[in-house]
Amino acid sequence: MHEQQTIEKITYRDALRQGLEEAMRKNDKVFLMGEDVGRYGGAFAVSKGLLEEFGADRIMDVPLSESGFVGAGIGAALGGMRPVVEVMTVNFSLLALDQVVNNAATLLHMSGGQLNVPVVIRISCGIGRQLAAQHSHSWEPIFAHIAGLKVLSVGTHEDARYMLGMALQELDPVVIFEYTAMLNHESEIHEDQIVRDIKKAKVRRGGKNLSIITYGAGVYKALEAAEKLMGVGIDTEVLDLRVLRPLDIDAIRATVTKTHRVLIIEEAWKSVGVAAEVTALIMEHAFYELDAPVERLCGAEVPIPYPKHLEDASIPQTEDIVDKVKKMVGK
Amino acid sequence: MIEFTMPSLGADMEAGTLREWHIEPGDYIEHGDIIADVETQKGIIEVECFDEGVVEKLLIKEDEKVPVGTVMALINPVGGEEREEAVVHEKPEKMHETRREPVPHVVSPVVEHHRIKISPLARKMAEENHVDYTVIKGSGEKGAIVKEDIEKAISQEEEQPKSTEEKPGTTTNFREAIAAAMTKSNREIPHYYLEIKVDMSKSLDWLAERNKQRQVKERILPIALLIKAVAKALQQVPDLNATWENGLVKKPEINPGLVISLRTGGIVVPAVRQADRKSIEEIMETLNNLIPRARSFKLRSSEISDGTVSITSLGEGGADRVYGVIYPPQVALIGLGSIKNEPWVENDMLGIRPVLSITLAADHRATDGHTGDRFLKALRQQLLNPEVL
Repeated sequence: MHEQQTIEKITYRDALRQGLEEAMRKNDKVFLMGEDVGRYGGAFAVSKGLLEEFGADRIMDVPLSESGFVGAGIGAALGGMRPVVEVMTVNFSLLALDQVVNNAATLLHMSGGQLNVPVVIRISCGIGRQLAAQHSHSWEPIFAHIAGLKVLSVGTHEDARYMLGMALQELDPVVIFEYTAMLNHESEIHEDQIVRDIKKAKVRRGGKNLSIITYGAGVYKALEAAEKLMGVGIDTEVLDLRVLRPLDIDAIRATVTKTHRVLIIEEAWKSVGVAAEVTALIMEHAFYELDAPVERLCGAEVPIPYPKHLEDASIPQTEDIVDKVKKMVGK
Repeated sequence: MIEFTMPSLGADMEAGTLREWHIEPGDYIEHGDIIADVETQKGIIEVECFDEGVVEKLLIKEDEKVPVGTVMALINPVGGEEREEAVVHEKPEKMHETRREPVPHVVSPVVEHHRIKISPLARKMAEENHVDYTVIKGSGEKGAIVKEDIEKAISQEEEQPKSTEEKPGTTTNFREAIAAAMTKSNREIPHYYLEIKVDMSKSLDWLAERNKQRQVKERILPIALLIKAVAKALQQVPDLNATWENGLVKKPEINPGLVISLRTGGIVVPAVRQADRKSIEEIMETLNNLIPRARSFKLRSSEISDGTVSITSLGEGGADRVYGVIYPPQVALIGLGSIKNEPWVENDMLGIRPVLSITLAADHRATDGHTGDRFLKALRQQLLNPEVL
């Protein structure tokens, strides 16, 4: 099927590219379209070299018009193709939101079930590269709010490698969030961390004293925090949500039932975010398993600052997580 | 501002009389501190506070009787800017309120329970395991009761359930409570009485033998042996180790209560928990602990309420036998007379033996004379073979 990658370390960027290459080779209806994906090799070099292999018909540079090319991608999907539309950064995705909400997410309903829209929209996002307030957004909660979409968040190398392939199996629109700040991060692909579906959350680390529920850029930070916490005798479970819409209620209930204490980590602004939704689900499905109030560590509710130290302070960092967990379990 | 209210110290309590404040405005109190003595029908009870802070104001005067839920004192919680602000805002209002409503009789009788911080999981566990979480000190954030606290309580349960200390007072109320219980007993319980005489020579010899090796302080008194014998006999006739609540309810534990008369008048009946499982030495130890505490009014409420049957013993040199009044809702009371040397016929020979007259007062709704007879015979068997105790 694919080469074993259990020992060699690869970057998050390479994992994304391998996933893309594999999808293109498997199905000739799959094509990539987006700003600078071809000749430039992608704004973040994810599609570097693909133009040479697959040609300009399948690695398609598009004009700077998010509404236009996302709409074109939706049209191609309706026409029987399997387009992968890359939106260079999440900041620009707002320009395409009308196409996403009113066409991609809604056409199945408006057509009385006749028109599926199997488009996959990849979006780079996140905070931590000193790109300032207009280029450092976490819009996962906005997209996760939209009925009719499936929303995925790539928090690990395993998901970077395999999520796209699974998204391309779907009949309906899928939005995938990738994290700019993680592109150069190197890791092995661990067989036991690969999840072969896009329905379930994944326990990245088992633990018994407290559960950290997170996604995206929060996953590795939570795992790092969990390692440090183990040093002071706190055994932390880390649940990677992976799928932000629809949320995996069973996995959330299972981890609460196991540890009885929950901290939710999210880089997006705290109010009305995914963390708030997870908290509400816990109240609805696992209230009597709670031994302490659910707590959240989320992004500060400010436009993301440019200076490095302020940018770092605006989102939860590993040390913040460690401190918070210690406080929660009373150590 | 935290409102400290008249607690409900039992399902039937509607009001309580404040006898004594242990605190004054300005005092710093911690979770679990005893802050007042409150008198109820059951006696004077020391009341704990489950909050931490500085006493702001006492709203009730000593000897005032107020309904359960009445605000008795205001406590200023420690820590937190938010809270301090609240204090500033609330202070004048509260003072007005108290002036407007001279406290005791005007206060509406709405029962306002003290809010207990407990996690949903801990509450669920407490309910499933019948743990009274209202008396548990929480170890969680801000004193919340968490899973660990309930687990601890469950493991301690067998030794002794934690409870508020209860001091049966010597007041009129206390006499009234005895009067009410005894009246109820004689009005509602159709008593039947049986008596048996037992030659205590084997038991006493056996005790004397064992006491030889002991210090005077550690000597075992006949009452410990008698309690053990009663408990073992009840194992054989469990119908008498029960309560009558619209039907016979047999009790899983055998907890004989020993009637102890107080020097100041009145009686208390602390229970020797699971006497059938304790050795005679352990029972003696329990008595050495219980009796002085009973006399100084320092029993725990669980020790008073856990009895499943009662034993009344007249002690030495007194009346020959006692016909007791059952302590409702129990169904039996065992009366022990004083052990006296009497003429005794055995194998057609006349001799002198230490004889004990044991009576049984039992509830005829619950059992019949045949059951009572079986019990007394079983008890005699025990006393004739003390070595198996």
